[in-house]
Amino acid sequence: MAFNAVKEKYRSKVGEVTLGATKEQGGTRGYTITVGGEGALPFLHFEGEIPNRPVVALEVWDHAPADWNACFDSYFGDVYNDAAAWAKKCVEEYGADLIVLRLKGADPDINDASPEDCAKVVKDVLAAVECPLVVLGCGKEEKDNQVLPVVAEETSGENLLIGVAEQENYKSLTAACMVHKHNIIAQSPIDINICKQLNILITEMNLPDDRIVIDPTIAALGYGLEYGYSIMERARNGALQGDKMLGLPMIGNVGFEVWRTKEANASVEDFPAWGEQEPRGILWEATTATALLQAGMDIVVMRHPKAASLIKQNIEELMVANEV
Amino acid sequence: MGLTGLEIFKQLPKTNTGDCGFPTCLAFAMALAAGKTSLDKCPHVSEEAKEALGAAAAPPIKLVKVGTGDHAVEMGDETELFRHDKRFYHPTALAVLIEDTEDVAARVAAFDELEFDRVGLHFVTDMVALQCTSGDGAKFKAAAEAVAAGTQKPFVLICEDVAAMETAATAVADKKPLLYAATNDNYEAMTELAKKLECPLAVKGNGLADLADLVEKITKLGYKELVLDSGNRETSQVLADLTQIRRSAVRKRFRPFGYPAMAFTTKDDPMEEVVQAGVYLSKYAGMIVLKASKKEEILPLVSWRQNLFTDPQKPIQVEAKAVAVGDVTPDSPVYITTNFSLTYYIVEGEVEGSKVPAWIVPVNTDGISVLTAWAAGKLTGDSINKALKENDMESKVNHKTLVLPGYVAVLSGSTEEETGWKVIVGPREAAGIGKFAKDNFGK
Repeated sequence: MAFNAVKEKYRSKVGEVTLGATKEQGGTRGYTITVGGEGALPFLHFEGEIPNRPVVALEVWDHAPADWNACFDSYFGDVYNDAAAWAKKCVEEYGADLIVLRLKGADPDINDASPEDCAKVVKDVLAAVECPLVVLGCGKEEKDNQVLPVVAEETSGENLLIGVAEQENYKSLTAACMVHKHNIIAQSPIDINICKQLNILITEMNLPDDRIVIDPTIAALGYGLEYGYSIMERARNGALQGDKMLGLPMIGNVGFEVWRTKEANASVEDFPAWGEQEPRGILWEATTATALLQAGMDIVVMRHPKAASLIKQNIEELMVANEV
Repeated sequence: MGLTGLEIFKQLPKTNTGDCGFPTCLAFAMALAAGKTSLDKCPHVSEEAKEALGAAAAPPIKLVKVGTGDHAVEMGDETELFRHDKRFYHPTALAVLIEDTEDVAARVAAFDELEFDRVGLHFVTDMVALQCTSGDGAKFKAAAEAVAAGTQKPFVLICEDVAAMETAATAVADKKPLLYAATNDNYEAMTELAKKLECPLAVKGNGLADLADLVEKITKLGYKELVLDSGNRETSQVLADLTQIRRSAVRKRFRPFGYPAMAFTTKDDPMEEVVQAGVYLSKYAGMIVLKASKKEEILPLVSWRQNLFTDPQKPIQVEAKAVAVGDVTPDSPVYITTNFSLTYYIVEGEVEGSKVPAWIVPVNTDGISVLTAWAAGKLTGDSINKALKENDMESKVNHKTLVLPGYVAVLSGSTEEETGWKVIVGPREAAGIGKFAKDNFGK
């Protein structure tokens, strides 16, 4: 009995989203990044086109974080107080494909930074790096609805990726992205139906689907990673079978989730059976990311430079064409 | 049998003799499909039909066992391409590579100590993979004996030279190691050896087409306790190979690939190895041989393995029993949560991190999370009251104040009514517990 390769025939591809805009396109980026467009399940080059590789972002804050593990000091300690310098270091020294700027300082319980101050930080970061930029709010709905539209307006033409819109709170950000021509992160709570519904709501407001990136809300390894993983696999399968509202690139806050966990932070003195903290944290983050790449993640948002470099290498290897 | 009544009926003589005890062949076929009778009741079924029905009834991927006793590892017997379609069954076995040129006894001792506890579960690495780097049968044998003496766990013997393999494997055959490997050059002798010693046999091909041919040659020699290796090693290609083997077996019933598959990491750097292993673990490897063996390297892999192989239909639960976190006193706060494992352990982690000793009372919600339990009517003032009473919380603390998860603040009124306790509304996210504890209970 001879072996005959089992190749799927898909009806559809994942849509592409392009981040950033060069001078010719009305922005100031040195280059743009396009994600999505897959015509096959993750890295199965033998049965479809995979035109764009997944990308690795490093996360930068608009102020020095109070709670990041001490192991980050040697990487970012000298730039924590300068978001622009921090972003620059992430790209130039640590090879980030793009930067995710989290405006945590806007949180009323942290710095309560004004929309204008936030917009300034965003522009400073834009000036410091050539790569496309993702901007996330502080996570407090009311404040983000004040901040993000101002950020969008002040950076009109830059084609940022801005987040997040949720089912109960998407109109303000969608309108801002439409008017100022940015891309939007549509976040759903590990629920494929809400994911689809939200994308429908956003496209009904006339934001085209080539400006939407899905955030299914992943969790860290050991804290529910498999839930996000399965939602993503279902979404990607649905996308390839023709479901347009699932046929969008996906993003995940890997660093943010992983570095909250005990397993990434606990000292070896407290948990001798778990081994050394920093390598453990790096591998907790890298294992989370490597799993999610297999489920179709397109933009992996990470924190530890070593974990990021491991994942970039993993992506490079997986983008080598395979044949059966 | 996995076939429908009609599919079985097509293979039967359709003569309605009644010799099987059923009035018609169709009735017999239906009974067979329902597992209510066996094929041998029919004296008239042809040899071809017997084989066809036998092959179709067998699981798509054979179950193969390595080792003996409590620690034996089972691989294979998978039916899915995606865990969300049903589940995955046999967690990928992790085999730590030891070379016979190393201090084998010391390496085995270190391996045997690799055990971890987290979130109430116990994790271990499963196997040793002993490689005949020396090329010397006697040395390989001594090393195999050291492995067998140093651990109860199963192991793999890696050697393509039949003579050296025979020397070592014969000495430890009672441990049923996996013999790696039969190749195009040695398969006749290697298969004979595996048969004689009743040990499972790895089959290494030169790519998938060659692997399929080789497996067929080996099964024709009458041996089926097989584990497959496509022979490729480059990450992207191995992903494709593992995918093809699983698809061919599960979707096409392609018999040569109806066996568990194994993969090898190739990286020298342990962190790169873990990442590479993560790919294979996620995508269909029944076993992975790797060199990395430090605790911080293995813990993430065994954790992802545990996550991936959980049954998506059945959430893991903890016992609905009150837990004291830290050195509690009668003044310590009481946090309410649910007995969904993930919820409970996240809350416990945060309470621990707050450094304010406290009680956690996990309400029995049949293992679902706070919001879902509230929506399903399983987290109510009544169920909270029940939990407090069953855990006799009134005797454990000298106050009657409890912390309700922020997302169900709406339950405050009914909880106070049912329990007679005062409710403080806690943070919505567990991550807020640290600050919350400091603000409300800090010294």
